Amino acid sequence: MTGHLLDARLAVERGDFQLDVPLRVAAGEVVALLGPNGAGKTTALRALAGLQPLTAGHITVAGSDLDRPDRRRFVPAEHRSVGVVFQDYLLFPHLNALDNVAFGPRRHGANRRAARRSAGDWLARVGLVEHARRRPGQLSGGQAQRVALARALAVRPAVLLLDEPLAALDARTRLDTRAELHRHLAAHPGATVLVTHDPLDALVLADRLVIVEEGRVVQEGDAATVTARPRTDYVAQLVGLNLHRGRAENNHIRIADELLLTVPEHLDGDAFVAFRPSAVALHDDQPAGSPPNTWPATVTGVQRHGDNLRVQLDGPVRVAADVPPTTAATLRLIPGQRVWAAVGVTETHAYPAG
Amino acid sequence: MTLIEHPLRRPAGSRRPRGSRRRGGGVPVALLLPALLGLAFLTLPLIGLLARTPWSTLPQRLTEPGVLAALRLSLLTATLATLLCLLLGVPLAWLLARLEFPGRRLVRALVTVPLVLPPVVGGVALLLVFGRRGLIGGWLDQTLGITLPFTTTGVVFAEAFVAMPFLVIAVEGALRGADRRYEEAAATLGAGRWTTFTHVTVPLVGPGLAAGAVLCWARALGEFGATITFAGNYPGRTQTMPLAVYLALETDVEAAIVLSLILLVVSVVILAGLRDRWISTP
Repeated sequence: MTGHLLDARLAVERGDFQLDVPLRVAAGEVVALLGPNGAGKTTALRALAGLQPLTAGHITVAGSDLDRPDRRRFVPAEHRSVGVVFQDYLLFPHLNALDNVAFGPRRHGANRRAARRSAGDWLARVGLVEHARRRPGQLSGGQAQRVALARALAVRPAVLLLDEPLAALDARTRLDTRAELHRHLAAHPGATVLVTHDPLDALVLADRLVIVEEGRVVQEGDAATVTARPRTDYVAQLVGLNLHRGRAENNHIRIADELLLTVPEHLDGDAFVAFRPSAVALHDDQPAGSPPNTWPATVTGVQRHGDNLRVQLDGPVRVAADVPPTTAATLRLIPGQRVWAAVGVTETHAYPAG
Repeated sequence: MTLIEHPLRRPAGSRRPRGSRRRGGGVPVALLLPALLGLAFLTLPLIGLLARTPWSTLPQRLTEPGVLAALRLSLLTATLATLLCLLLGVPLAWLLARLEFPGRRLVRALVTVPLVLPPVVGGVALLLVFGRRGLIGGWLDQTLGITLPFTTTGVVFAEAFVAMPFLVIAVEGALRGADRRYEEAAATLGAGRWTTFTHVTVPLVGPGLAAGAVLCWARALGEFGATITFAGNYPGRTQTMPLAVYLALETDVEAAIVLSLILLVVSVVILAGLRDRWISTP
């Protein structure tokens, strides 16, 4: 119909929390639901899996309704073609890796031998044949993650769901596992929905990002668009940009009473302006000749940030500036210090907010 | 000694520091003295039993037909009673642990009543219900020709009645402690509720289930009051070991000691055999 394998409007009302997320995923597409903790991402995933009934909206997979409250239709989890990789994997502790993976095929009607054979194939795909007889307790975090993935894929689900698939891993394992997970997700013919609060996971693994805050979609798009044109503070923070909203008039944007920024783009009306913290230069005094985009500011905090220092500034607007340690030393950047901030016109990027 | 000490010592026992006197030095006498008295109180009777055992005539006493019959009947009825408890008690525990229903507290209280009820009263109650003129017993007798009181089946009923609460409480606790998200994971893999129960829930609560079953079995093995009231004391049919011990005590003390020793050995063997595998792991 629409060309989307998964078509849903996930509306769940629970106490004073309201989730309302429209979601469409094509076959072979990987969509990341990205958002802060408590945004409702996991609730959305549970609704898709059939572990949490919708209160409104619908979930349609390949044209058939799985959950549709207004038509009193609800297909329980065990009858959905959905595979889930849970955050802490939830491998059955009493079964070895092979039998964990064989569990799904067995429930889908395969006899014991066929289920084990299929499970063996899946373990081979994730590179764990030699660990088939191990119990979950004897597997490392990365191995357990791969077994969980194999277990979810072994039922050949139309929709694959992953809940923070890399959150439980240490930094080093994460890197390898992320790369490998990317390979498996790319190979999955069905729709994939990934829930994460880690922007890097989302950027690497997903074709499209859906940013959820407080139960609502605040931004949606491919990685390039979202990183270049954040629309909320949360997204701006994720991608490490200063983001301000204001009114544009030609190539000027007024973002506070005392601050008028000059931007390369010509716009009209409500607009966002974004710039990198490293584009903000700091000076002792007002730069000579009063160039555009300079304003007085007060240092409120200084932290290490990679090789540089990240300086939090208050003033007409709050911004973050990344400066090399030498600059920090000459400027005596301590909280309360007054400085001048400057951003080059070409370093800014403005786009409509409407 | 071994019976009392082992379960307590196990966790730290293998790595007890040498200077344990230093730690013991801080124990107040007011606690230490009653503690030692308590230990003696629990172990002395067992030692007394061993001391009075007629070791020279033990072999022929053990092979007396009455003894073997009572032992066999005890093991058989305790095992059957445990199976009955598993069959009915596990679903009951599941219901109590997993289902929200009005009156659940009341049901739980009712389930635990046999735990505090004097077994003799339980036996009387069983007679009133399952006796030949009882509420259900009369009907069973007339329509199906099944008689429960004063039969081996009656022994199993009496033992199950007294022992089931142990199983239900242990299994309910285990079910409450089990992570229900495993059941959700099973559902996403296509397992229905029953399959999830048998393939995921039961294995997950395995240790608790085993501990409950052992407790249940031990309680059934030692059952006296309800059994003698409801099933009587017929050698070979309803006379279990505890009944035989009691009867022998009036006529032949040595026989009573031998029978008691057997029960003691069986209990210790079961406890020792299952301790490491199941009871200590939950």
